[in-house]
Amino acid sequence: MLDLWGARKFDRCAAKDWWGACSLTSGMKRIFEGSEHLIRLALVAAVLVLAFLAIRYALIPRDFGKYGHYRPGSLTEIAARTPVFAGRDACASCHVDIATAKSKGPHANVGCEACHGPLGRHAQDFTSQKPVLPDTAKLCVTCHEADSAKPKTFPQVVSREHAGDAACGVCHNPHQPKL
Amino acid sequence: MDLSRRELLAAAGKFIVLSGAALEAFESPTGALAADSKYRMADHWWAMTIDIGKCIGCGNCVRACASENDVPEGFFRTWVERYEVNGEDMEHPQVESPAGGMHGFPVRNTPGVKSFFVPKLCNHCAESPCVQVCPVGATYVSPDGVVLVDQQYCVGCGYCVQACPYGCRYLHPTKHVADKCTLCYHRITKGLTTACCEACPTAARTLADLKNPKDPVHEFLRVNAVQVLKPDMATGAKVFYKDLDGSVR
Repeated sequence: MLDLWGARKFDRCAAKDWWGACSLTSGMKRIFEGSEHLIRLALVAAVLVLAFLAIRYALIPRDFGKYGHYRPGSLTEIAARTPVFAGRDACASCHVDIATAKSKGPHANVGCEACHGPLGRHAQDFTSQKPVLPDTAKLCVTCHEADSAKPKTFPQVVSREHAGDAACGVCHNPHQPKL
Repeated sequence: MDLSRRELLAAAGKFIVLSGAALEAFESPTGALAADSKYRMADHWWAMTIDIGKCIGCGNCVRACASENDVPEGFFRTWVERYEVNGEDMEHPQVESPAGGMHGFPVRNTPGVKSFFVPKLCNHCAESPCVQVCPVGATYVSPDGVVLVDQQYCVGCGYCVQACPYGCRYLHPTKHVADKCTLCYHRITKGLTTACCEACPTAARTLADLKNPKDPVHEFLRVNAVQVLKPDMATGAKVFYKDLDGSVR
């Protein structure tokens, strides 16, 4: 048995040749003599390597690298968020009358929530979120106030000249704005 | 301290094994998208088309993005710029984006000057510079072509913020991790369009799926003069602009 903890003292050179040097056998002995220090060092290194591997195994998810150098679980986490905007199809599934009316006018491609704001909770349970009717005096001009940077084909008015202080909703129905 | 080597090694060994087991127990189950979802990542390659000729600078997209994604105030995942180009001086366009265009733009009528709006967002580059510099594998291009940030892994070093040539990333002021447009990944994986596209009144923005042969994006790319931003940087940008002026940076 190796004495790992170095209690035994070795003779540095057990047998000497006639000229005073250590013999071949004693040379071999010298190579192995004191090897317990190295073995001890190797054991410590092995423990450290094992510790590294164990921590690495514990910290890195099993499927890391499945699609690339990242954690695929983060895709699931990001996709799990609840949408805030319900989407126009959700609106149309209940408000059929308004969706039909709107589809015949110039606002056909304008999403409901573009004007009414995000209503995801309302779509899930209509009692939980009550939509607020937008004020046409403020809402319509965010799109239709004349500005030279807007596309020329887009209908624009200088609201003050067009209607004075009157709200747009006085004359126009936002769902079918053409008079 | 009365602790023999043997005891120390034994204790260390136990600690390693037990802490490994404990961490294993805490690890959340990971994998592809929720098992009940019909969404298959391999069937999609997301992009966006933007028609400059339709943008009216109303800021609906910026507001919609902020409320959909809890974007902190003063930071933007998408924003709108107003360009003014005076005559032949294309190298010095006047660009403004007050509050990211969130509240629209102050009305201006400058008939002698070319002016237009440019909506911007993450270009979801296929060869993304931000992904290339991330030292911890926290940002990546998903199998369906969306550049995302794993906020659990992000250490907030900000390399990606510097690397993005389009200025589309920021460090979240309270979470201290990189944040950016996810192309409303939580919406598009449920069959919805992005919040900005949903709210855009003129359909200037349209979500596009390049892997869907029936998507109108193919027609859009075929018949229009289309450009990406900074094509010389070879980022594989996937936000395609129709009628983009040469002065746009």
